[in-house]
Amino acid sequence: MSRIEIREDRCKGCLLCTTVCPKEIIKQADRFNQHGYKPAEVPAGDMKKCTGCASCATICPDVAITVYKTKKKAKKGASHG
Amino acid sequence: MYQDEELVFSCPQVVADRPTHYCPGCHHGVAHRLVGELLEEMGLVEKTIMVTAIGCSVFLYNYLLVDAVEAPHGRAPAVATGVKRAKPDKFVFTYQGDGDLASIGMAEIMHCANRGERVSVVFVNNTVYGMTGGQMAPTTLIGQKTTTCPGGRCAEREGMPIKMAEIIASLGGSAYVARTALNNVKNINKTKKCLRKAFEVQTSGLGFGFVEVLSACPTNWKMSAIKANERIANEMIPYFPLGVFKDATADVTGEAAGKGEEGK
Amino acid sequence: MASGDKLFLKGNEAIARGALAAGCQCFFGYPITPQNDIPEYLSKALPDRGGAFVQAESEVAAANMLLGATACGVRAMTSSSSPGISLKQEAISYMAGSELPAIIVNMNRGGPGLGDIGPSQGDYFQSTRGGGHGDYRLLVLAPATCQEAYDLTRESFDLAFQYRNPVMILGDAILGQMKEPVLTAPDRPADPAEARDWSLDGAVGRGPRLLKSLFLQDGALADQNRMLQAKYEAMRAEVRWECFETEDAELVVCAYGTIARIAKSAIRKLRKKGLKVGLFRPITLYPFPSEALAKLVKPGRKFLTVEQNLGQMVEDVRLSLCGLATSEFFSIYPGNLPVPDDFDEPIARALGL
Repeated sequence: MSRIEIREDRCKGCLLCTTVCPKEIIKQADRFNQHGYKPAEVPAGDMKKCTGCASCATICPDVAITVYKTKKKAKKGASHG
Repeated sequence: MYQDEELVFSCPQVVADRPTHYCPGCHHGVAHRLVGELLEEMGLVEKTIMVTAIGCSVFLYNYLLVDAVEAPHGRAPAVATGVKRAKPDKFVFTYQGDGDLASIGMAEIMHCANRGERVSVVFVNNTVYGMTGGQMAPTTLIGQKTTTCPGGRCAEREGMPIKMAEIIASLGGSAYVARTALNNVKNINKTKKCLRKAFEVQTSGLGFGFVEVLSACPTNWKMSAIKANERIANEMIPYFPLGVFKDATADVTGEAAGKGEEGK
Repeated sequence: MASGDKLFLKGNEAIARGALAAGCQCFFGYPITPQNDIPEYLSKALPDRGGAFVQAESEVAAANMLLGATACGVRAMTSSSSPGISLKQEAISYMAGSELPAIIVNMNRGGPGLGDIGPSQGDYFQSTRGGGHGDYRLLVLAPATCQEAYDLTRESFDLAFQYRNPVMILGDAILGQMKEPVLTAPDRPADPAEARDWSLDGAVGRGPRLLKSLFLQDGALADQNRMLQAKYEAMRAEVRWECFETEDAELVVCAYGTIARIAKSAIRKLRKKGLKVGLFRPITLYPFPSEALAKLVKPGRKFLTVEQNLGQMVEDVRLSLCGLATSEFFSIYPGNLPVPDDFDEPIARALGL
């Protein structure tokens, strides 16, 4: 399953990530982080829609997003030579 | 990390693991990350001597973990010249804003480029003096309101916004000159490609590399980060066209020799 | 060129050769009279030795190139003359604040403004009080002969690196343009390890280094200035001066640089006439040889400061005398070329004759 991790303490709530997510799963939280910003988050249950495209991380000015992508299954008979 | 997944995006190690002082939506953080990724990918971290300038990015040395020297306002290209002449085998770059580079530092950037110093310049153009509180910059657009042109910049009174990439490309010593933007994912990825080229013309000894990066300053533009990105597309790019203005590595008939590339 | 050669050199060339003998690797300059022989000489000699010469777009840029080169721990220099030195002050302040061992040569010409291209000592205040913004000092060396210009320049690099502080060589148009025999000394290549602990060379096997003069945290700038002041205090160990015929002198003439040299000729002549006159010549203008001068105070002994300006070093002389004695002042106006006979009348007047 592809997914993202948002470092909540680094997020400044600029919401640029919300504009580039192709699945539109990133939203602004209702709570404040330690710096007084309402951080971005992916609501529970929505993460399974993540494609691991990394657009959110690419546009994040605070490098607050880490992206993991589901490994492609190795093709049968693929050579590893 | 789980077994069936791979890490596809994380913070480069050369970028310090600490929060920045930048405002929400400020593009400096994106530019820092791109530079940091390239230093790592190109194996330059241990060879780098970075010259920081005056402006919001004065604290760049807190965020990029490489050797650094702080230059007086506008003088980074001169300081970089001294560094490179003293240590020709090092990788030397400056990171400057529009007030620093295109106003007080105009003489230094022009002559550094014209001499073809083997250095790279990251020029962050956000059309305003950020750190001092939003005054008019040499790149402030006509009609743009700032604290020192409260009625909007007027061409008759303050002149036209300066197009640095075009000027630098016209000088004999520049080897690679491009203008990019950080307003969307495609342009960010394109910016990284251009920065890589600008770094490569230094490491290959070809000459001076320069990338003007159109960036947002939501705070001093008095708009949200999302609106600021829209402003780059709707107002900045039409005046400051994106594209590669010079590329000494390309065949003159090749795509890179053209200019005025698309891209909103 | 072998060491120990006796060469007939202009003062400007003596400075350039002294820098080369000290292992200077980079020079950054901009044309201005009367120091052009220095960049002209080094534009050939430095590249020949594998060094770097850059004619910058301005004095501002030249001084900032010097900042960059010295941040790498490389022996580097700039030279200029008064209006150009004013332009370099921005970078000089930054270099002092960032503790960079730069050499700055000022072949002083007349001012204020564009002044003239003749000799002057009008930059004494600018040289010894910092010159740019903020609380800082340069170690200021004032040669009086071509030989001394060579020797002090050769040594200035060692001092700059020892204290991690900019050093200024303060000459003038007379010194730069006159020719004298100069005995050259062996080349002293820089110790490759002299800047190992602080210079920028790429962060290999260590954390990144930062050379800066910005200190925003509470108390950080105070700490930095405290450290700098302690360094300036330690620089007092380098104080230098010359006493000539002061033993029995009824009048001590205080003068520096080429003016001291002309005063010396006058004193030799007046001694032959039986006048008991001596000379006190500061060689370091900062730190000023205050204690040495104070020791010359004796009941009845008089002091006369002669400068080619409107009265600058005389303030340091009077401070050094601590109220135990005072000093008369005689001004040679910048723009005039003095001869020894010009000193007769002011010396006689100071002696009460």
